[in-house]
Amino acid sequence: MAVEAVAARLGRAADVVAEIIRLSEVSKVYGSGDATVNAVDDVTLSVREGDFLAVMGPSGSGKSTLMHILGCLDVPTSGEYRFAGEDVSRMNERELASIRNRRIGFVFQQFHLLSSMSAWRNVELPLLYRSARDRRQMAMNALTQVGLATRVQHRPNQLSGGQQQRVAIARALVTDPTMILADEPTGNLDSKASREVLDILRGLNASGHTIILITHDPNVAGVAERVVEMADGRLAERIAA
Amino acid sequence: MNLLRTFDTGMRGLLGHRLRSILTTLGILFGVAAVICTVGIGTASADSVNSRIAALGTNLLTISPGSTTSGGVRGGGGSANTLTMQDVVGLADKQDAPDVAAVAPVVQAQATLVSLGSNWATNVQGSSPGWLVTNARTVSAGVFFTQQQVQQHAQVAVLGVTTAAQLGVTIGDQVTIGGSPFQVIGLLSASGGSAFTNGDDLAVVPITTAQDQVTGGSPNSVQRILLSATSGSTIGSAYDEATQLLLQTHHIVTPASADFTITSPTTLASTAASVTTTLTILLASVAAISLLVGGIGVMNIMLVSVTERTQEIGLRKALGATPRDLLRQFLIEAATLSFVGGVLGVCAGLLAGILVPHFAGIAVTITPTPVIIAVVVAAGVGLIFGVYPAARAARLAPIAALRAE
Repeated sequence: MAVEAVAARLGRAADVVAEIIRLSEVSKVYGSGDATVNAVDDVTLSVREGDFLAVMGPSGSGKSTLMHILGCLDVPTSGEYRFAGEDVSRMNERELASIRNRRIGFVFQQFHLLSSMSAWRNVELPLLYRSARDRRQMAMNALTQVGLATRVQHRPNQLSGGQQQRVAIARALVTDPTMILADEPTGNLDSKASREVLDILRGLNASGHTIILITHDPNVAGVAERVVEMADGRLAERIAA
Repeated sequence: MNLLRTFDTGMRGLLGHRLRSILTTLGILFGVAAVICTVGIGTASADSVNSRIAALGTNLLTISPGSTTSGGVRGGGGSANTLTMQDVVGLADKQDAPDVAAVAPVVQAQATLVSLGSNWATNVQGSSPGWLVTNARTVSAGVFFTQQQVQQHAQVAVLGVTTAAQLGVTIGDQVTIGGSPFQVIGLLSASGGSAFTNGDDLAVVPITTAQDQVTGGSPNSVQRILLSATSGSTIGSAYDEATQLLLQTHHIVTPASADFTITSPTTLASTAASVTTTLTILLASVAAISLLVGGIGVMNIMLVSVTERTQEIGLRKALGATPRDLLRQFLIEAATLSFVGGVLGVCAGLLAGILVPHFAGIAVTITPTPVIIAVVVAAGVGLIFGVYPAARAARLAPIAALRAE
């Protein structure tokens, strides 16, 4: 009996190490009464450390809502979300902020850089909300990693779209997160800049980062090793080509 | 996030939005400066009227012949001199008029004064020693003439400072008035200035001498009688006593047909005071409106930038900022703008308080109360409208804030 319990716990612990994300029957409902929309409907998903997962789907399929839940920007209406073993669906705002800060790096379609700040100040931002020394050095390292070592003092409006998105990736990287969550990262970029950005993401995955990429573009999804598809809030696995 | 880093972030936020920061600061600055300046001007003019009232003497009455009720100080033009030395003696009676402290008869005429080097036409008044008290004046040098000198028809004169300066004479010198030599025995202190006459350009001589040498006329007749009540609070009863006494001695039954008029300089002054009060209210209203306009300007700038700031708030939340971090940041930003604007506004107001009297010739008296009110209101508006929208945005879900448009 006792041996079994220990074994079960060990087993779960082993699972926890490998499994970064486990969504169990997660739903997100907007509105009430007749106007109810199941943006995410009974989704179960597991992501392991080092995975490169693409979530595909047309607009309105619920993939953005799923991304917000995965990124701890929003909480599910029902179901359980375990992030690196921690039950995120029961966390308060303060704890969620801490998870986002320590564990998750965001890359947005709109870049969301602060226009009044230089590249390295933008990259430094997440470090301001944790105790970190050498923030400037860490920001420089992250910018070097995305090939922008010579652009650290530039403001966003002095950079091309591709460069801005690379600054945003550096900002996601700088905290050494457990997972990088990229929401249509190439949506506002031309094909050349898109390729650069995807190359960087692939490189990060190769060096051990877990990446979740949300896109409607099959070509973009193609860089991922695993693709899931959202349709009407439901999730279906697809074997990558 | 520790305080120092929050402060750093807040300052960076201000520097990153220079135009907005400058406009907000200016709004507060002008609001505060306008209030300080306008209230200062109002206070100064009220003070000046008050000091003029005090200079006129709040316990003084003037009795002039004639029945005009609106009260010409010189008496009804061409009306017979109905006031006599008997009236003066009667009013000086402590039993009949216990609230009258001093009485002085006045006769006056324009005359040319001649000194060694120059001559100067001025107002020569003949009176008694009571003149000083009943005019609320003092002697700055020398002495005033005595009752004895009045009885002796002494050839002595007391001059106003302007008159003495024009004639180039001082105490002990001789001046000729109406062809007779007078010795200058005293100089009057500079007057507070009255509304109608220059109190510093005149010569006062004993009434007996004046009647002999300058004004002519019956020695029994006087042009005006000046009274001073025992204090400002007894002026009403002094007025009643004088009226009763004169009605009696002049054998007049109904007060309406009185052949004399009693006026008080304070009636003039109170009119002036009410004008000043109106002026102060007007200026204070202008100041309040400028403060309001400044406040609305600050509010506008803050609210216009809310969308932009909302996205920033959303991003910062996504990157791990807690609502408390954000609230602190915006509090520091708003407090800095309000503080800088307030301090600069006070400086500008004080500077205007120095420059306006210098260049525009308008006195400005700066008192602490409007300064404090102006700073509190202007800085308060800056704080509230700097923090409140941000605090609301900080409570939004990060995604809602990020998507704000």
